Amino acid sequence: MPLKEKTNNNSLRNTLLYLKQHWQLYVLFLGPALLLTIIFKYIPMGGILIAFQKYNPIKGILGSKWVGLKYFERFLSSPDFIRYLLNTLKLAVYGLLWGFPVPIILALLLNRIGSSKIKQKIQLVLYMPNFISIIVLCGMVRILLSVNGPINMLLGTKLNFLTMPEAFRSIYIASGIWQGAGWASIMYTAALANASKELKEAAMIDGANIFQQIKAVEWPAIKDMVVIQFILAAGNIMSIGFEKAYALQTDLNLHSSEIIATYVYKKGLLDGDYSFSTAIGLFNTIINLILLIIVNQSVKKMNDGKGL
Amino acid sequence: MENNKFSRYGTADKAFLITGYILLGLFVLAIIVPMLYIIVASFIDPVTLQNQGITFDFSKWTLTAYERVLANKQIWVGFKNSIIYSIIFTVVSVAITMLCAYPMSRADFKGKGFFNIIFVITMFFGGGLIPTYLLISKLGMLNSMWAIILPGAFSVWNMIIARTYYQGIPAELREAAEVDGANDVEFFAKILIPVCTPVIAVLALWQFVGMWNSYFDAMIYLNDASKQPLQLVLRSILIQNQPESGMISDMQSTAQRAQLAELLKYATIIISSLPLLVMYPFFQRYFDAGIMAGSVKG
Repeated sequence: MPLKEKTNNNSLRNTLLYLKQHWQLYVLFLGPALLLTIIFKYIPMGGILIAFQKYNPIKGILGSKWVGLKYFERFLSSPDFIRYLLNTLKLAVYGLLWGFPVPIILALLLNRIGSSKIKQKIQLVLYMPNFISIIVLCGMVRILLSVNGPINMLLGTKLNFLTMPEAFRSIYIASGIWQGAGWASIMYTAALANASKELKEAAMIDGANIFQQIKAVEWPAIKDMVVIQFILAAGNIMSIGFEKAYALQTDLNLHSSEIIATYVYKKGLLDGDYSFSTAIGLFNTIINLILLIIVNQSVKKMNDGKGL
Repeated sequence: MENNKFSRYGTADKAFLITGYILLGLFVLAIIVPMLYIIVASFIDPVTLQNQGITFDFSKWTLTAYERVLANKQIWVGFKNSIIYSIIFTVVSVAITMLCAYPMSRADFKGKGFFNIIFVITMFFGGGLIPTYLLISKLGMLNSMWAIILPGAFSVWNMIIARTYYQGIPAELREAAEVDGANDVEFFAKILIPVCTPVIAVLALWQFVGMWNSYFDAMIYLNDASKQPLQLVLRSILIQNQPESGMISDMQSTAQRAQLAELLKYATIIISSLPLLVMYPFFQRYFDAGIMAGSVKG
């Protein structure tokens, strides 16, 4: 087939010509990012193999003994497994259910404020907690909720909230909303500001009430964004942050505050149980992937085929 | 502005709006009040604070906590390290991200689909804590600042945002530059980057704040006290209740030490949070612009 050969030749020559002309795009532009990705993301993926080994740091991956699924079995059959899994899921799911609507509500309210000066000042306050670090936030929580702290003074009680397992999730979620809701509202606020002013005007002249206006004008303006944010948040449920859970943990609230991420850290880096810790981490990643796919599929169904 | 006039709403809507505004006001108060409490409490004599709480009897106010925190070396070491790490991280990260996003934004870039898959996979799948830790230690990066800078320097999410921004820039710009004989580097440096200030500002802000406020990587990779960033110093004071020894050791009784340690927390919170809280309002004008720039459309 001489014709096909010729086109092949041509396309090969074109590609080479393109590479010669645009080598900078590959080497200078893409190069650094690709290098970092391969070294720090893909090489550790190979390191997952130690989850199936009795890993010995001196012998390395090539010299260590293979043990199959032993560590997965050990984790899945341990009495704590269900508790850590549920702690992780509850913290994330409740956090999502409580936390997800707040930024949207904030944005809708901000959008109804007539004076842009007042709106800006309120936004400035709403964004502020985002610039406080997790350590400082948790430090503040510990102070405000301490036995002699202001909350106990207000309530006239002497409760030590941070030692109560049943209080951990509420503290975690409420402080999360306190810190993040304002900042998360930015993108909705920006999208709403761009929503057609004429449409809203028309809706008001038609005598539509607030709910009808929101349904006709504001919701369409942010709907896609809400869907994407929801998929991303729901799909990342198992990767709920280590940093805050760890900073709010006390020996006494571990019953509800020990999540998979903190357990992986303690087992792996504090106890040096590398293989076991890697196995739990892998288990976590896989559950997360499955959740992401499920959420994406179901949102697609509800949202006329549009997902991630 | 006109269509937002309150008088134009019907009665039911007004009631609804007022409820909404009250909730918004409560949220704003819930943010301000705890902060004010910490600020005021940081000035109050520890014994008074523990026994009767906040007081505006100024004879009970003191600057002890601030003097002790500011006199402590470790806080300053932490500040210095955090500034160095955050600046280097921001520069490296934004540069790599903006560079990578450029070819990824070009329709004619050969291999785009392949590279895209390579990058996106890492958003959802990774080796996890231990394999990454073992790699860092094999590379001899333990106790080096590069251990907390390089692994997170390239963010796929930020690359997607920068790419979306590039795609909004008229193609004529590049066509004109190519006619003038500019190569890819020249076009990028002289023409493209200058029109990307909003997205660069936003990415830089995110990366800076992110590095400034994080502690996990530093906790596992940096052991020397002299290399610790501010957040780790704060962690020992605020979370572990272990103030730097020089801060309280001159106190006689355990009770006194405990009270002072408590007070030091308030001053530490204020001193450590002040720099970012003073700075961020100056960036506010970039927030909306940058967010819109990066509003990822799926």
